[in-house]
Amino acid sequence: MTATVAAQENAAAALPSRARAPHRRRRSTALRWRRVLLGAAGIVGFLLLWEIASRTGLVNPQYLPPPTVVFGELFRQLTTATFWTAVRQTMTSWAVGLAIVAVSGTVLGFLIGLSRFLKRFTASTIEFLRPIPSVALVPLAVLVFGIKPESAILLIVYAGFWQMLIQVLYGVSDVDPVAESTARTYGLGRWARIRYVVWPSALPYIVTGLRLSATIALVLAITAELVIGVPGIGSQIVLAQNGARVPTVYALALATGVLGLLVNFALRLVETRLLSWHSSIRSEVV
Amino acid sequence: MRLKRLGATLFYALALPVVLIAVWFLATRSGTNGFTPEPVKLVQTFFQTWIGPAFLEDVVPSLTRLGLGLVGAIVVGILLGLVIGMSRFLRDLLEPLLEFFRAIPPPVLIPVLMLLMGIGDVMKVAVIVIGCMWPILLNTIDGVRATDPVLRETARSYGIGGLARVRYLILPAAAPRIMTGVRQSLSVGLILVVISEMFAAVSGLGYQIVVFQSTFKIPQMWSGIVLLGIIGLLLALVFQRVEHVVLRWYHGLREVENGGTR
Repeated sequence: MTATVAAQENAAAALPSRARAPHRRRRSTALRWRRVLLGAAGIVGFLLLWEIASRTGLVNPQYLPPPTVVFGELFRQLTTATFWTAVRQTMTSWAVGLAIVAVSGTVLGFLIGLSRFLKRFTASTIEFLRPIPSVALVPLAVLVFGIKPESAILLIVYAGFWQMLIQVLYGVSDVDPVAESTARTYGLGRWARIRYVVWPSALPYIVTGLRLSATIALVLAITAELVIGVPGIGSQIVLAQNGARVPTVYALALATGVLGLLVNFALRLVETRLLSWHSSIRSEVV
Repeated sequence: MRLKRLGATLFYALALPVVLIAVWFLATRSGTNGFTPEPVKLVQTFFQTWIGPAFLEDVVPSLTRLGLGLVGAIVVGILLGLVIGMSRFLRDLLEPLLEFFRAIPPPVLIPVLMLLMGIGDVMKVAVIVIGCMWPILLNTIDGVRATDPVLRETARSYGIGGLARVRYLILPAAAPRIMTGVRQSLSVGLILVVISEMFAAVSGLGYQIVVFQSTFKIPQMWSGIVLLGIIGLLLALVFQRVEHVVLRWYHGLREVENGGTR
């Protein structure tokens, strides 16, 4: 069951980019311009509606300041040291948590995935622990770590680890049996098979797992800051909220969105770097 | 022979949990560690804490908020997704904007919506609806767009249009992606209901757990963690059943296709 679920997720995640790639290349530049212009129009239109709603008092401007004010505040924030310290703190928790997730998930995934015994032995426990929401650990994190960044890292690791592990497990078992037998016939040893057969087959899944956990890691880093008070962007939002600095709340919320986009973008970059061989093979065959 | 296989299945399912519980039991036997309760005591506390009036006062409100929010997110997500996905113009117009909204970590919505809607139940349900909507919405759009062109042309040649087109062509084609979106939103929903209650509430699971933690009722706090785990597990199981029924045809199709090519 786990395997099929992971497979779908993977297929679903991989589908659009791969299926669209050759198609998009063939599209004329006129169409691409249309996309860019319409997309920009959508954003401008949204901001305009927001501005009007706030200026005309459709929504109380005290609680929804117009975008001109919010963006003014955002740009002011960009010049303060507090903001950049907060960003650094948030992203440090994110990076440390994600690194632990990536390494532990991959190593354990290979260890368990390569052994039929271990796979059956751990299946029930993994299925039980996986759906436990990591926010359930918030009180525990508070007791053990307080408002230190370790609290955020604990939540990130718990949430990201299962995501990563499941992907790696699926990737390891997705090895083409013909490739595996071929490697055996050619007398490749255990390590060589892992390096040259299992690893390349599992890599796309590992990258997908990394991408999924990177997003979750950011969500939980900010959650820990909002709820526990770990220093970072989230705790700045709470401070602004308590101080009734409404435009700052919106400005920082927008800033977290930008961070989210940057994280997505960075991981897409990693994906195309690591898997360029993979996609190119695919598009040649197709 | 069958008995033997059943025995093996049982062994594999239970061996590790039993080992872990045994380790836990032995590790906490001395009773000096204040942070981790003994297993037996935890089970007792669990029943004392959550079975009875607390179930109605804290668990039911949380689950109601979660249920309402998820249903709202699914309805809004699928409807908007169909509308946007079926129109090239809307897709191009809105996609960058939607991608940005999706990138905002959902918990950030809580302080923002508290400003707009206060701290009542409306805010909590709205947080779940808005936070859970993006995965469903964007997956629906992608699913609609990925409709098999041959099927699309066939439907057009047969003059299938309007609602029938949505019902028999587009919805089934998008269903696997929609279910992927729903699965992603389930865990987000559970996270959001708990932290919105930690933020601002006088009832609910999240609120109770924080109260236990701040009053150092450690076994009760752990029992709350266990309860959240059970809810997460049940949610995942219910979803699995629903998905199995909704996508039965799809899994069958994939099996046939994979069987055919191999």
